[in-house]
Amino acid sequence: MSASIVLASECPPNDPGFCAPSVLEFFPKPLATFDLFGVHFAITRITVILWIATAVMVWFFIAATRNMQLVPGKRQYFAESGYSIIRDGVAREVIGTEGLRFAPYLASLFFFIVINNIMGIIPFAQIPPTGRFAFPVVLATITYVLFNWVGIRQQGVGPYFKNNLFPAGVPKPLYLLVTPIEFASTFVFRPFTLSVRLFANMLAGHLLLAIFAAGTVYLFTVGNFSVIFAPVSFAMSVVMTFFELLVQVLQAYVFVVLTSAYIAGAMEEAH
Amino acid sequence: MSVLAELSGNIGTVGYGLSAIGPGIGVGIVFAAYIQATARQPESATLTRTYLFLGFALSEALAILGFVVPFIIT
Repeated sequence: MSASIVLASECPPNDPGFCAPSVLEFFPKPLATFDLFGVHFAITRITVILWIATAVMVWFFIAATRNMQLVPGKRQYFAESGYSIIRDGVAREVIGTEGLRFAPYLASLFFFIVINNIMGIIPFAQIPPTGRFAFPVVLATITYVLFNWVGIRQQGVGPYFKNNLFPAGVPKPLYLLVTPIEFASTFVFRPFTLSVRLFANMLAGHLLLAIFAAGTVYLFTVGNFSVIFAPVSFAMSVVMTFFELLVQVLQAYVFVVLTSAYIAGAMEEAH
Repeated sequence: MSVLAELSGNIGTVGYGLSAIGPGIGVGIVFAAYIQATARQPESATLTRTYLFLGFALSEALAILGFVVPFIIT
């Protein structure tokens, strides 16, 4: 596969200089476009990667749990321990025993994010769909609606907003300062930072890998003494691939832990 | 007035660099405190992990706001 297929380049043709991959990486040519109810849809390879990744994940969990044994096989063991990391390590630990009913959502969220993040280093895909802002936004919106809904269900509309906006034990005049900060941090910045954190990490990580990969190819083909630097760039792209694997799993974990921390905060009664 | 240095391109990237200083220090302090707490009392590790991630998320917010600035101001 030539580099031009994988990398969306914006440099003019016959430009001898180094053509660094840019954000345009995340805007590939649509494979198909159609209009549905007045909304314009464009299916790009990123969408296809998302479908395949999600289908693989769904297939894996269905296949692993269809014929469950008391003594688990390899696949069932992997699926069970993966689920138990989220169920026991996140849901039970962060929210408490009450949180076990959120374990299916948290686990689906975690595995959806992790498989789509890892697409960033899988050969031939090599672009994380979560690097498109729309996907983290949808996930963060679900979390936002969920924790507000849980808080309102658990405490009632009035007490929920009162506990969040007017925390007890604060001197009255300080509410002038505390209430806007609490409002901004709980209802504005939470969904915003949740989505942008995932998006930014995936975008930056992908560009980092793309720049080292493109740099390796460029340094090898430029045809002067700079070829001696090419192995350095290649080594960096290998090291960064492993670093990205760490970041991808960690970001999925952070997303899930923050989601459950927000749910736990919404479920808490007044202090 | 002579021009000593010229900056071309997107100034928002410099803004991101500046906005990353504070969160960088803040996130470092958050994790340092968590490590210290865990070293002093290992049993508290699971108890304080939630606060670790909450504190980390809150300190990182400014860097995240700074990250989107180059995309908005082009």
